[in-house]
Amino acid sequence: MRFALSEDQKMLQASVGKAIADLAPLDRVRRYAEGKETIAADIWAGLSDLGLPGLMIPEAHGGLGLGLLEAAVAAEALGGAVAPTPFLGSAVLAPLALTLGGTPEQQARWLPKLASGEATAGVCIAEAVAGARDGAGVVAKDGRLEGFCLFGLDAQDADLLVVADRDGKLWLAERPAETAVMSSIDETRRLSEVIFAGTPAEPLASNEALTRLRDAAWVVLAAEMLGAGQTMLEKAVAYAKERKQFGRVIGSFQAVKHLCAEMAAELEPARALVWYAAYAFDHAPEEASLMAAHAKAHLSEIGRFVARTSTEVHGGIGMTDLLGLHYWFKRLGQNRQLLGGPEKVREYAARVQGLAA
Amino acid sequence: MDLTLTPEMARFRDEVRAFLQAHRSEYDAGQPKDVLAWQRLLIDNGYAARTIPKAYGGYGAEPDILKSRIITEEFIRADAPRGIANQGVSMLVPTLLEVGSEEQKKQWIGPTLRGEVIWCQGYSEPGAGSDLASLQTKAIEAGDDFLISGQKIWTSTAHQADMIFCLVRTEPDAPKHEGISYILFPMTTPGIEVRPLTTMTGHAEFNEVFFTDVRVPKANVVGGRGRGWFVANTTLKHERGMLGDPNATEARLNALIELMKTETVGGERIIDNPLFRDRLMQLQARVFAMKFNGMRLLTAAQTGEGAGLAGLVVKLQGCELNHQIAALAIDALGELGILYHDGPHLRARGNWQRNYMFDLGLIIGGGTAQIQKNIISERGLGMPREPSPAKA
Ligand SMILES: Cc1cc2nc3c(=O)[nH]c(=O)nc-3n(C[C@H](O)[C@H](O)[C@H](O)COP(=O)(O)OP(=O)(O)OC[C@H]3O[C@@H](n4cnc5c(N)ncnc54)[C@H](O)[C@@H]3O)c2cc1C
Repeated sequence: MRFALSEDQKMLQASVGKAIADLAPLDRVRRYAEGKETIAADIWAGLSDLGLPGLMIPEAHGGLGLGLLEAAVAAEALGGAVAPTPFLGSAVLAPLALTLGGTPEQQARWLPKLASGEATAGVCIAEAVAGARDGAGVVAKDGRLEGFCLFGLDAQDADLLVVADRDGKLWLAERPAETAVMSSIDETRRLSEVIFAGTPAEPLASNEALTRLRDAAWVVLAAEMLGAGQTMLEKAVAYAKERKQFGRVIGSFQAVKHLCAEMAAELEPARALVWYAAYAFDHAPEEASLMAAHAKAHLSEIGRFVARTSTEVHGGIGMTDLLGLHYWFKRLGQNRQLLGGPEKVREYAARVQGLAA
Repeated sequence: MDLTLTPEMARFRDEVRAFLQAHRSEYDAGQPKDVLAWQRLLIDNGYAARTIPKAYGGYGAEPDILKSRIITEEFIRADAPRGIANQGVSMLVPTLLEVGSEEQKKQWIGPTLRGEVIWCQGYSEPGAGSDLASLQTKAIEAGDDFLISGQKIWTSTAHQADMIFCLVRTEPDAPKHEGISYILFPMTTPGIEVRPLTTMTGHAEFNEVFFTDVRVPKANVVGGRGRGWFVANTTLKHERGMLGDPNATEARLNALIELMKTETVGGERIIDNPLFRDRLMQLQARVFAMKFNGMRLLTAAQTGEGAGLAGLVVKLQGCELNHQIAALAIDALGELGILYHDGPHLRARGNWQRNYMFDLGLIIGGGTAQIQKNIISERGLGMPREPSPAKA
């Protein structure tokens, strides 16, 4: 038994961390978030050199053929940099949908392009996973989609869409009628409203695919929150070692040290939970859904605590736009709600154990 | 990451299962019917004192973290008692193994493991709690002996103990961390008085202990004269690990789930109340996080890598979590949760109520939550130490 990242996984973590620090330093993230740049395609292209778009795509289709644990390790690094990338939709969820439910033709057509980063894919499953808001929903008739989805992931500018209809059935759609950015607190990850008007679509075959997609999404969102939280902790510790008040660095005040210790005490065990949830997705199917739900809900809770606490340690400057600390605060806020807030997800965790009807 | 079991390990798991199956009649709901007999049985089969050398009364197996984990998991699954885990077994034995003399190991480890000798831990004093190194109990030289005088407090099980492992000041002029010795002596030595302190649980779990010219041979010092601070820290490391043990916490969570599934209020099962269910799920996530964190620690121990922060947070998080589990059980029981003394409506012999109160003590004992946070921030995050007060 070995419950630790392998050398390869550690290397992946380090290389993604290093690449994303170069490709998306804070000023680049800021320009994107402020809408001064609408496309972050260069970041994704840069990450393609590491094989990130094809991380989970089988080698036969030009990918690396790795598992969700590797995806979680990468997501942690990406979340640590609040990087604008289509990783969740294009590199995790769409490839999963295709490998689980795509025909050989669909796979051959899309997977190599997604793996090389030449095409990107978006995913619209919010209604099927977390419930429909404001009348959203998609119906399929004679191979065409009608209606609209909210909170589409990485759907803007995507070449391919994976869409769940009102019955939870999954479709591949190539060209949506219209996508509109849903402006949110976290502009480093844009969400879309996707409108279908007789859009041609092909069904995916697997009935389990949606469950697997949801579990994978929960784990990846949790891993991002782990990374974002870890960065917020590190920033707080670094700031506390520099900032002086009353003639000494604030990090020598016990009240401040204890806030930092509490953040670390929450994050450290949570890291193990995220790893295990990802491992279960790959290797222990009977535990996968429960662990994914717990990882998502738990990281949402401690993510909020860390976001608030790190900001507090920074004092007034944490509240301003100057340091950009708020980008991590907001990413944590966004991930908490996406694809189900903690109460909803915990209700699900109870259900899969037979503790709720 | 690889959590699959080899065929050898799968066989070992079957062995443990078969053992527990065969001895099912010797315990009840986590309690052995005969504590000492059960302990002997566990040692003989390698389920207690597993890696302690045979020469000292252990089972003498090679350390194998995976096997230890399998044992723990199977005992939890079967709700079987883990054997004696008092302060002697959990703290003194590992300390003696690390720093005791050959004679001390031969004399004390075996009887302690078998539960024949009960120990108490004499560290804290009225003026030396968190600031333990300022302890004042003095040991004055008298030929080959020390004469020990002073007072200890919060001494758990001193009223039942045969022996004490005790911190005394042997070098009054040395700096405070360097003048302390770690010494063993019988509680029947003349000059010792034990006065029970009743806690909020209504039981006397700990005591005040007074020493007046207690004569103890110098040979009873463990790890060298003046080295007591170092020796005690060896013990405290073991105490912290024990106090945050995620396996015990998982067993408790399972009991809470059972409770919530079976208890009804106004005809409704507690588990069917979404508010209680949500609290349960929040705690379950925490228990899993601690459990998997424990697996990280096992791997770190196996590969000899330092565990860093993952190890430093165990006591703080684990003790708090235990207390929250008990708190949810009390809330789930509602009015029944305020009953305590024996009566027809009391559940689980009042264990939840006792845990709820006693666990508060465990948040304090073995280093308070604040002291744990000092350790995490200073040793784990590299933050500055409190500046020491200017000497007056
Ligand atoms: C159930 C139980 C069993 C025990 N069993 C034993 C035993 O068998 N043998 C034994 O020797 N001792 C035992 N103890 C004693 C235990 O180790 C001490 O209670 C503990 O170390 C705290 O010391 P104190 O009670 O004097 O509190 P204090 O040290 O007076 O602390 C009071 C408060 O001040 C805070 N505080 C103190 N110093 C600092 C600091 N530097 N920074 C921030 N906050 C600080 C503490 O966190 C706490 O909140 C036991 C205690 C309990 C509760």
